[in-house]
Amino acid sequence: MNWNNLEGFISMGGYGLYVWGSYAMVLLWLAIEPYAAWRRQRNAQQEISNPTGWPQ
Amino acid sequence: MSTSIKLFTFAAPSTFYKLSGYLIPWLYCLSIAVGLTALYVGFFIAPTDATQGEAYRIIFVHVPAAWMSMVLYLVMAMWAAIGWAFNARLAYMVARAIAPTGAIFTFLALWTGAFWGKPTWGTWWVWDARLTSELILLFLYLGYMALVESIDDVRRSDKAGALLALIGVVNVPIIYFSVRWWSTLHQGATISMTAAPKMASTMLTAMLLMTIAFWAYAFAVVFMRTRAIILEREKNMGWVQFLSQQNKRKKQ
Repeated sequence: MNWNNLEGFISMGGYGLYVWGSYAMVLLWLAIEPYAAWRRQRNAQQEISNPTGWPQ
Repeated sequence: MSTSIKLFTFAAPSTFYKLSGYLIPWLYCLSIAVGLTALYVGFFIAPTDATQGEAYRIIFVHVPAAWMSMVLYLVMAMWAAIGWAFNARLAYMVARAIAPTGAIFTFLALWTGAFWGKPTWGTWWVWDARLTSELILLFLYLGYMALVESIDDVRRSDKAGALLALIGVVNVPIIYFSVRWWSTLHQGATISMTAAPKMASTMLTAMLLMTIAFWAYAFAVVFMRTRAIILEREKNMGWVQFLSQQNKRKKQ
């Protein structure tokens, strides 16, 4: 075990900003991208089932 | 003859659409499970680095993201070339679907590299060979995406994109060997096929696990985007209409 407590884990030996800044950006994009792909899929499906866009 | 028919079965967008639909949830599950394991090994088992302290833990996302950025480019160019050579419409669609994922991993490699460079080199960015060629890779991905989206005629945009993707392949070995060819701030290759690993085995384990997680993620999200592109392009085809009717009936 590397960390004695939560503060130690967050501070990362003084490199907290750099370590968490890296991981946060990775997590952010790995969440945005599947969401964007899912929306694109849903829009394509709607376009097919209701091409005019009028309420059915 | 029979084997060639089997091979080309999966080249039909309708077959691919069904198969990838089953695979996507499993790939996401695999990615999350292996990714969490990698984080656990990386943060709780891998020891503190003797020279870099805790800052080195950025390696567990930086190196896998950089690998993905290069491999995805090669895969994208390969599918674009296959599309061009055999006039295979699914191959072109896969190439298009890979580009945004590749661009994101390239950006993440640059971002995590900057966040690693600041505490260890004292600067976010230097114009050295490794960093500059990786930045060019990002521009190649973005250029490819802009090019294929800017031409309305799909067949023409697919071919123009394939040409750009293939020319850009030259950049990938430049990125990979840049640390050997030029003097650079960036450290050498982390892993070599011929030499023993220079890092603790738990560090290596965390990095390889994260690479597997990124691979599973890339497959899942590229499959998702390919399915959306298939629907966009083949919306007037019989099998898509049939699928849409089926879904409507299920909902009722």
